[in-house]
Order: sequence, then structure tokens, then C-alpha cells
Amino acid sequence: MNTVLFGATQGMGRSVARVLAARGDRLFLVEHRAEALALSARDLEIRGAAAPVKTAYCNLLEPETFGSALDQAQQELGKIEAVVVTAGLFASQESLEGDSALAARLLTADFLNTVLFCEEARKRLLANGGGTLCVFSSVAGERGRKPVILYGAAKAGLSRYLEGLDHKFRRKGLKTICVKPGFVKTGMTAGLKPPPFAGTPDQVAQRVVKAVERGWPEVYVPGAWQWVMRVIRNLPRFVMRRIEF
Amino acid sequence: MPNEPYRTKVTGWGRYPVVEGWEYKSEDLEAVTTAASLSRGLGRSYGDSSLPARTDLPVVTTTLANRLLSFDAATGVLRCEAGVSLFDLNRVFLRRGWFVPVSPGTQFVTVGGMVASDVHGKNHHVDGSFGEHVRSLKLRVADGRMLECSDSSQRELFLATLGGMGLTGHILEVEFLMKRVASPWIWGESQRISDLDAMVAGLNEAAHQWPMTVGWVDCLARGANLGRGLLMKGRWAEPVEAPEAPPPLKRRFRVPFEFPQIALCRPSMKAFNLAYYWKHFQPVRRGIVHPDAFFYPLDMLDDWNLIYGKRGFTQYQCVLPKADDNRPARRFLERFVSSGGMGFLCVIKDCGAEGRGMLSFPRPGISIALDFPIHARHTPKLVDQLNELVIAEGGRIYLTKDTFTRAEHFRAMEPRLEAFNAVRRRWDPEARIRSAQSVRLMGDPT
Repeated sequence: MNTVLFGATQGMGRSVARVLAARGDRLFLVEHRAEALALSARDLEIRGAAAPVKTAYCNLLEPETFGSALDQAQQELGKIEAVVVTAGLFASQESLEGDSALAARLLTADFLNTVLFCEEARKRLLANGGGTLCVFSSVAGERGRKPVILYGAAKAGLSRYLEGLDHKFRRKGLKTICVKPGFVKTGMTAGLKPPPFAGTPDQVAQRVVKAVERGWPEVYVPGAWQWVMRVIRNLPRFVMRRIEF
Repeated sequence: MPNEPYRTKVTGWGRYPVVEGWEYKSEDLEAVTTAASLSRGLGRSYGDSSLPARTDLPVVTTTLANRLLSFDAATGVLRCEAGVSLFDLNRVFLRRGWFVPVSPGTQFVTVGGMVASDVHGKNHHVDGSFGEHVRSLKLRVADGRMLECSDSSQRELFLATLGGMGLTGHILEVEFLMKRVASPWIWGESQRISDLDAMVAGLNEAAHQWPMTVGWVDCLARGANLGRGLLMKGRWAEPVEAPEAPPPLKRRFRVPFEFPQIALCRPSMKAFNLAYYWKHFQPVRRGIVHPDAFFYPLDMLDDWNLIYGKRGFTQYQCVLPKADDNRPARRFLERFVSSGGMGFLCVIKDCGAEGRGMLSFPRPGISIALDFPIHARHTPKLVDQLNELVIAEGGRIYLTKDTFTRAEHFRAMEPRLEAFNAVRRRWDPEARIRSAQSVRLMGDPT
């Protein structure tokens, strides 16, 4: 599968890229840190990705870079079959409440700019006759929850957007996959106390690739979070006000 | 959050001692090692080797720095970041016909940890320890500089780092030689052995024909049965013998909670040891073996250290110089059994030549490793007694397993310590990089 990965130099994206590399897929990486891109490209080649793995500059905070990064990918891969987006920002609710510039940056990156990137990707995939757009949202967008109000709001918007894309374009051959990770032990969550059902990036990657293969429109990772969130979605407001989850 | 330390419980595989410390965990090792007192990998050393010297001194966990940097399929030279795990390497390389030159008894270790402990394995009598196959290291030394060291550049620092328990600097990158294997499967032979003399004789004899050997001993058997167990021998299977498919990923099971103390009573250990001794009914079992089952039998149980309950456990591993008779090994096991020691596992292995690493553990002789639960009053005394015997025999202990040895005993069995300390002082006069273990054994400040 010819795949473009945005944000695959670390965390869950790194693991997803490695699962694809082990199958011998052709990969193209986009991100804003040149050194991290080069190192990840070598890593994926050694792990079996079709060499050479090429890269391009793309910055989630600079929407004007999206189109050209995808054009370079298209040129390199010939045809883009899948786009996987794991790029995003995270900050704790406390730090966001205290710093409105940080809040603006996070909301812009995780909602507005992610949607703009997906729009660019969608157009190119549809022009090729379809493909897969796999985007990492979060279970944080499922309910308004005290520890993730702002981050959750951005992810909620993103999840709705992805759902809409899937409804509109699946018949035209574009499969949209909304990944909803629960707690996953990555560099982003280092230091937070892992709750029950915390997953590892490698578990997540296996399941995400399975979702891409089968075209699931929505996938919770690890799988147990599907049931956790089913409960959370149905908790009455007076309970949500009391708990700290 | 990335690149900032956070509070956490830091502990080794034995789950004793536990430090309420600070940890950094990041994909960017170069950034976080500037402010840390020690690097640690997957925390599989048993005691306090990877624990901070003081609760306020942060440690770096390297596991997220797990990129492969270069691999030359013509020569087998692999360079990778220190946090790459052996589990990962085995998944990537074994199906392509490559294996690490030396593998310890678990694959849940990092390459950085394999260097710091200078690990040995079932092939020690042929290939030596891991450090023999390391070509070059990238280190961050105590003054903050990053440098490349090898046999030809900063040689002293290089040799002190092989088996140096991470005390010479933060290991950032490792370059070593992978080994070609005939197939990804093992052809193995497991043989029931009736006593210690037969076990040692069997190991010595097998060393001539087999590239990989190890013995497991029932450490509760006494008298005429002392030292009985299973002798396991193996080699990489030839392509004609091996199944066509590569070895499948083995299913792993999880120990769900800390076992209660009753799990550690003599009858349950007896039952376990007896069952293991009779694992196969016939005296010798031969055939194709899954490499994970051969190298890492305990890895199929995640968190098996929980079986030892909340008090934790320790392992005692020493190497005793070769003698014409098997007296040293016999005296050692007799001492262990007579002082009431008991455990689930006892592993015995003949070691080959001493390695390059200045503090590297293996030396020619017989290595014995024993697991046992920690008992506040008995365990330090038992370790003292075993150490006195090891000193008298001219042997030494493996720091990676040690929790209770006293400094004077360590000095008595480790004449190389002075030279190692001299190198450390040259690079790190204030001992900024140190561990709870180096405070306990090497005279570092707390």
C-alpha cells in the first residue's frame, strides 16, 4: 500500500509506520523536523519498507505547507493509496486554562489545521479514484470531560468531520477511518498515571492496520475502550459533574 | 509531558528495593540525558543497578529511543539507539536469517542494557559476552559532551563501558555485529541428568559439540540427588530440518496479580521443581524447538516477578573458577541448600574466556544463578554466606542480579574495581553518573 504518514516519527505514528514497513509497503513521511524525518526513514527502510523512504516538510501549524507536501508524496509514490494522520498537539487542561495562546495553538492544530490537511488529502485521494484516509482523533472527544475539555472539544469536532466525510464519500471509494485511542503509553502521556486498559503503541498499530484493511469507519484502541466509552457516553450529567474522569 | 521529569516508582525486576524517584522518558535521548544521573532500559536488572542513588536524582528510561540507524546486510553491522529492545530486533531480523551475537535469557532488555550488563548467554563458551561483538558506542559523558568510543578511539572509556553498569556515561547508540543463522529455528536436545557431577561433565562434554548449552538444576534436591536437572543443548537448525514458515509469534500469558506468600512455601516449590525435572518422560528429547521457547522460556509469562509476592525477590549469580573436580559448585549448592535457601529456578552454565569489559562478569568456570524470595532477616545473611564462599573459591558475582552484597565483599572478589574506578574518576570526578548500586558497592557519594 502506498501510504503517506503525517507525524510518524514518534509515538503511535511511529508504530503504525513500522507495521506497514514490515509488510514491505511504500511509505512517504511528512513532518516539520528534518532530522527526525531522516532517522525515521532509515529506520523504516531497515524494517522492510520499500527503499528509499522519501520525506517532505509539512508543519501542522503552517497550513500552506500541506498541499505541496502531498504533491511531493504523489510524485514520489505515483499514486497515494492511503494517508495516515497521527500529528497533533497535547497539553494538560491546567496548562491550557492558564495560557490562552497555547490553547489557541492547540485548538488550531488539532481541529482547524487537521481538517484542512484532511481536505487536501481527500481531494487527492478522490482524484485517484479513492483510497483510505485514517486519522487519529481521541476518546477525549466522546464526552465533555473535566481533564480534557479543550483538547476533547478539538477532537470532538475532528471526529464529527471524519464521520461526515465517511458518509458522503464512501460510495465514491474514499474510506475514512476515525481512530479513537484511549490511554496509550507514549512519550506524550509519560508521567500520567496509566488507567486500567492502558495500551501500548504497538498494540494500537496492529489494530489500526487491521481497521484500514477492513475499512472500519471508527476504531477504538485498545479495543476495550469501546466498552469503557459506551458506559461513559451514557453516564448522566450529574454523575459527570462529580467524577474526575 | 515530553522532556520533563515526572515522579514515579523506580524498581528493578526483583521489585526490591523501590525508590520514589523522578524519571525522564522521551524519544529524544540527547535532550533528556543532559540532566539525568543514570540511564536505564527495560528495568530487567534484578536489584538496584538501575535505581537512582537519591530520590531527587532523575533517571532516564531509554525505551522510546528505539530507532534502527543503519544495517549493512553484507557484513551484519547494525547501529541502533540504546532503547531498542531485543524483542523488537528478533521480530525484525530473525525471519531474515540474522540474530544477535549473544542473547540473555529474556528478550525484554534493551541494547543499551545489554552493553551495560555485558550480557552472556547459552553460547558463552564459544562466542563470549555481548561486549565482544560491540564495535562502537555513542556516549554522553558526565560533563555533557557526546562522544564516540571504540577499540580505536577513547579505548579505555569503551572498555569500561562494556559491563560498566551504565556508570561511565549515558549510552545513546550502539553499533555491533549481528550473526547469520542457518534458519530461524533451533534444533535442540534436552537430557535429564541425575546429579551435579553428571551435570558439569555433561556441560563440559556438550561444549565441544554444541554452540549453545545450559543446565537447569532442581535446587531443592539434596544428598545423592544434589544438582539433578535438565541439560539443554541447541544449534540453529539447517534449512532442510526447519519448518518452512518462520516461527510464529508466541502467545504470552500475564500474571494478573501479586501472589500471596503461601505460593512460596516449600511444597509448592518442590512441586514446581519436580514437574520441571519430569518435563519430558523420556531421558532425552530431541527435535525442532521454537527459538523463543529455547532462549526465553520465562518470557511467555508477562510479569512473572509478581509470583514472588509483595516482598519481592532477588537472584544470586556467581561464577566459580574451574577446578579438576566439581568441588566448588558442589560446596556452593550444599551451602545454599543447608542454609535453608530455596527457589524456583537454578541455572548452571560453563563460561568461556573472560571478555574485554573492565568489569565484565563471566570468566572461565561454572556460573550458577539462583532465584529466591526476599526475607528481611534471612536474605542478607544468606547472601553474606554465599559471598564468603565465592571469595574463598576465587569467583565473583554478577552485578546485574545483585541487591544485598556488601562493599567489602565486592572489593574482595573484584580486584579490577580499582582500575574501573580510575577510569570513571577521569571522566566523572564528582561521580555525577551513579546508581544506588554504585553507592552501595563502589564508594560513590549518596
